[in-house]
Amino acid sequence: MNTLIWVEHDNASVKDATLAVVTAAAKLGSVTALVAGSGCDGAATAAAQIEGVSKVLKADDAAYANALAENVAPLVAGLMANYDAFLTPSTTTGKNIAPRVAALLDVMQVSDILSVEGPKTFTRPIYAGNAIATVESSDAKLVITVRGTAFAKANATGGSAPVEAVAGAGDSGTSSFVGSEIAKSERPELTSAKIIVSGGRALKDADTFQQVIIPLADKLGAGVGASRAAVDAGYVPNDYQVGQTGKIVAPEVYIAIGISGAIQHLAGMKDSKTIIAINKDEDAPIFQVADIGLVGDLFTLVPELTGKL
Amino acid sequence: MKALVCVKRVIDYNVKPRVKADGTGVDLANVKMSMNPFDEIAVEEAIRLKEKGVVTEIIAVSVGPQKAQETLRTALAMGADRAILVLNDDDVEPLAVAKIIKAIADEEQPGLIITGKQAIDDDSNQVGQMVAALLGRPQGTFANEITVEGDSVVVKREIDGGLETVKLALPAIVTTDLRLNEPRYASLPNIMKAKNKPMAQKTPADYGVDTTPRLKTLKVGEPPVRVAGIKVADVDALVAKLKEMGVVS
Repeated sequence: MNTLIWVEHDNASVKDATLAVVTAAAKLGSVTALVAGSGCDGAATAAAQIEGVSKVLKADDAAYANALAENVAPLVAGLMANYDAFLTPSTTTGKNIAPRVAALLDVMQVSDILSVEGPKTFTRPIYAGNAIATVESSDAKLVITVRGTAFAKANATGGSAPVEAVAGAGDSGTSSFVGSEIAKSERPELTSAKIIVSGGRALKDADTFQQVIIPLADKLGAGVGASRAAVDAGYVPNDYQVGQTGKIVAPEVYIAIGISGAIQHLAGMKDSKTIIAINKDEDAPIFQVADIGLVGDLFTLVPELTGKL
Repeated sequence: MKALVCVKRVIDYNVKPRVKADGTGVDLANVKMSMNPFDEIAVEEAIRLKEKGVVTEIIAVSVGPQKAQETLRTALAMGADRAILVLNDDDVEPLAVAKIIKAIADEEQPGLIITGKQAIDDDSNQVGQMVAALLGRPQGTFANEITVEGDSVVVKREIDGGLETVKLALPAIVTTDLRLNEPRYASLPNIMKAKNKPMAQKTPADYGVDTTPRLKTLKVGEPPVRVAGIKVADVDALVAKLKEMGVVS
């Protein structure tokens, strides 16, 4: 089977989410990586070095600069004449583009796969991860989004694939990029952090969140996450949100502080290797999934913990 | 312009789903069902655009069983003007739903189609993008803010690193994210009034759409169960555990 994968990049380098997609695609067959962007030579070079990638297609055009689905989907759908499967990471970019490609090809997408069970059989979570469905596609071509935390990352170096330039139809003329506000952070990115310290509604306000959660995260070199309640209350920006509708994470250690553990939140973190919960309510659902629980007032326990590390 | 909002009847978001013992699916018998939370946000946004004078008429559409008319009545009680129920007892996949929505859009010619970013039952996150592809129109997915400016709509989108703003030529498709708005509750008088609002009943065949599933569900199982953990008495014990795990030295 020939697979085409979407490379998520910032023009200069390839983002980590892509490496898990290479692993998933390699289970299906040979892997060709598509790098679409504007001035994306650096990313194409980096993609060529990923172990397991046999060819890189580079579509360098101003129309692909911000990965607008209206421009990118026809490019991918055109290339799919030569491929049997198209895979993207389950990032916001992947989720934006892949279904548009699937509809253009008249196939059903398989969203957010957890494993490859056969050439057309996959597992995927449904109902906020409360059930795992095994599905088999009957479509001639596959369009798949891949849950990054469910597959090992391919080595970013060791490969030497040839890079070939391709052209698409360019700008569809129906959409344009206006601007972006990217939250600045020196911390490890949430989806790739080894340790995550996450805060919930109990943190009271933005200042308290900063004072309680951040020092502990700094001590541990951890990424910082939050529950939906903390985001909605304005304690932190919404890209901190872990859960069914936010980011799905699976770090080595997830420390949930003042988070009750609603099913929507658990959907985003229950595959973490070790879960630690600090909560004053000993009946909070989070303790049902936590490996280590500490019952008590977070406002005294967390500073004490930070001090003793 | 008209706005088309797509709503789905799903298991209530507070209910913990139970997997059937025979592995055929999730048990939905006697389980509380509600409008998909993201679709409530879609309905609310359409109503707000109508209140601003941007939208003239709101049509709510649902594809599902007879009981999905309750979901449509909820949309009508919130403020939608009329509803279309496309009756199909079996689950309909996003691709087929998108084809039905496309056919309705061809008939109704809405300026905006608003739908939730994903349904909380199948977690697919596909319909809006697929409708946009089938219509050949632009898409503003995961919307955090929507502003109609003349013949285009400016959509602020929630993306992984923060927010992104795109400008789309109308007609366009927008899918809602959680923070777009706070949906209103339907008042009792409005619930009563909604009973008299028109609801057309159709079938996928009326729109020439084949709903045969492309994906065959072989099995639905429980997710791996986590082994029960321990509770530690104090911070010192937690620190000791962290050291044992090698998280801190």
